[in-house]
Amino acid sequence: MNPRPRTNSYQLGFWGILCGLFALAFLVIAYLRFTRGLGAVTNLSDRFPWGLWIGFDLLCGVGLAAGAFTVTACVHLFNLHTYEPIVRPTILTGFLGYVFVVIALLLDLGQPWRIWHAIIYWNPHSVMFEVAWCVMLYTSVLALEFSPAVLERLGLNSIAHWIHKLITPLVIIGVMLSTLHQSSLGSLYLIVPSKLHLLWYTQLLPLLFFTSAVGAGLGMVILESFLSGRAFGRHLEMDLLAPMGRVIVAVLGIYGLMRLQVIVRNGSYHDVLAFTYEGRMFLLEFTVGVLAPVILLSINKVRENPTGLVAGAFLSVLGFVMNRLNVSVTGMERAAGAHYMPSVMEITVSIALVGIAMAVFALAARYLPIFPETAQPQPARRTSPRLVPLEEAE
Amino acid sequence: MTVGLLYDSTRCISCNACTAACKEENKLPGVVEDHTTAYTWTIVEDHGGTPMRKLCMHCLVPTCASVCPVGALKKTAEGPVVYDSEKCMGCRYCMMACPFDVPKYQWDRAVPIVGKCIMCYSKVKEGQSTACASVCPVGATVFGERNNLIMDARERMRAKPSAYVDSIYGIREAGGTGVLLLAGVPFATLGLNASISEEPPPMRTWQVLSKLPDFVAVWGVSLYAIHWITSRRDDVAKHEGSER
Repeated sequence: MNPRPRTNSYQLGFWGILCGLFALAFLVIAYLRFTRGLGAVTNLSDRFPWGLWIGFDLLCGVGLAAGAFTVTACVHLFNLHTYEPIVRPTILTGFLGYVFVVIALLLDLGQPWRIWHAIIYWNPHSVMFEVAWCVMLYTSVLALEFSPAVLERLGLNSIAHWIHKLITPLVIIGVMLSTLHQSSLGSLYLIVPSKLHLLWYTQLLPLLFFTSAVGAGLGMVILESFLSGRAFGRHLEMDLLAPMGRVIVAVLGIYGLMRLQVIVRNGSYHDVLAFTYEGRMFLLEFTVGVLAPVILLSINKVRENPTGLVAGAFLSVLGFVMNRLNVSVTGMERAAGAHYMPSVMEITVSIALVGIAMAVFALAARYLPIFPETAQPQPARRTSPRLVPLEEAE
Repeated sequence: MTVGLLYDSTRCISCNACTAACKEENKLPGVVEDHTTAYTWTIVEDHGGTPMRKLCMHCLVPTCASVCPVGALKKTAEGPVVYDSEKCMGCRYCMMACPFDVPKYQWDRAVPIVGKCIMCYSKVKEGQSTACASVCPVGATVFGERNNLIMDARERMRAKPSAYVDSIYGIREAGGTGVLLLAGVPFATLGLNASISEEPPPMRTWQVLSKLPDFVAVWGVSLYAIHWITSRRDDVAKHEGSER
């Protein structure tokens, strides 16, 4: 007899209640925002028109979804089938990340009911126009890539099979859209050479945003395997994830080198040496978020130890978030002549969205065939022997 | 032909007739505030006794129009940079991007729009002068064709060289602006960014955006090629395995 995997159990714990409270707060804040305007709930102003919802929710939400295109490319384009077991959870993370971004945008846009205007009024000179199209198209692609999991659960295996046949073009479109989208978020800031601090401004911004997103996206894959492993009593797939740590070292290494080249070329290392406000923020971002994970993950003993690997992955994600906030907030403060600190309500919305995304992930993991334990046996799927449920293994 | 405005700080008497006329012409609610807002499109700032008008510069290559995803901001053939509030979805990229920090937002409204000087476009289109220039009692703000305004400014500087700093703000800044400024003290002391590059900011993004179609084609084909090669390699490996 098969023991019931823990993925099927459901209980409302501390985290569930906390998440519910934040969801309620989110609804109240959304109500205030749509009745009293953005000024009533945010610390945004004419001097600081973009705040936490752009810097964290949009820039980080999209970036941390980068694991999806990286892993799907590895499996479906590079045919690295060993990564197959983590494809569905990463696609789900990517999809939820994009839904999270869209919800945040619906709050942040002044008139979100006009969001479809980007479809009919074109301005190909605008990076925001490119961003809008990438959000729309890639959210659809992620939904399609994930749909077989839902269809299988509903017993619509024939449709799932059809989508599976289309997976190669879907993945290629997904990778192209992601490349464009990740880099275009950096291109958004190319327009402000006179405003963004030279520690962050460079014509290389699109390349830097893309590279760091790949690194942090892989970091997210490791983190999310760790979190779901803890929640569902699963093993950390070390044989799959440790090599990913190696890739993070390579990607962040190249990224870090480019960042150093930029500050040397811009002459902005003077701010680091003079230890100015921007210099300190850069140092924090660079040591904690680039140097530390590169050093940690390049040590074999650390990388092959689950705690070490997760710590390195966490730092790479933290460094990514710090970078996006530095570009969108810290680096713009001097030119704006104002400090920006998000309001309690802005922060609450961001936390609530992260919480809701995690809750939806947990629910999906319980009810949909996402992890190999819960997936229906498929002839095409090769399951790694180390991935049997914990209870069964013992 | 491009029209514009010439503001001469040395002639301005800070009477604020221009700010009041602007409010009236554009039907903006509330009193004139001490800084530009979505409801106050122009003000006369005081910088240690020296007045300086703040208003949209009406760039020749406007950054706001280039960044607007729905094309709500447009450079007209006559010169003014105008705003279509019916298209705007409120992303506020124009505010973030403007090198002169001109567009402002209605933070207090549930259905907000952007507010900025539109150089009285409906009047200018009819060949009339803007409200601020018509009402100015001392000719500190004058309306005209941009080329004529530049000649006028140079003439003033030639006639009274000691009264002016030796440059016209707006000739080259961000690729040139429709609004030109003259002053007796350095512009940097009047709340203006004097180090704005001559290259219009939209060129920076266009360098990247214009390459995207080529990039998409090459990247797409490359990805398919990688898939084709790896799949073929798998097939060959499988075939060799079964032969053995």
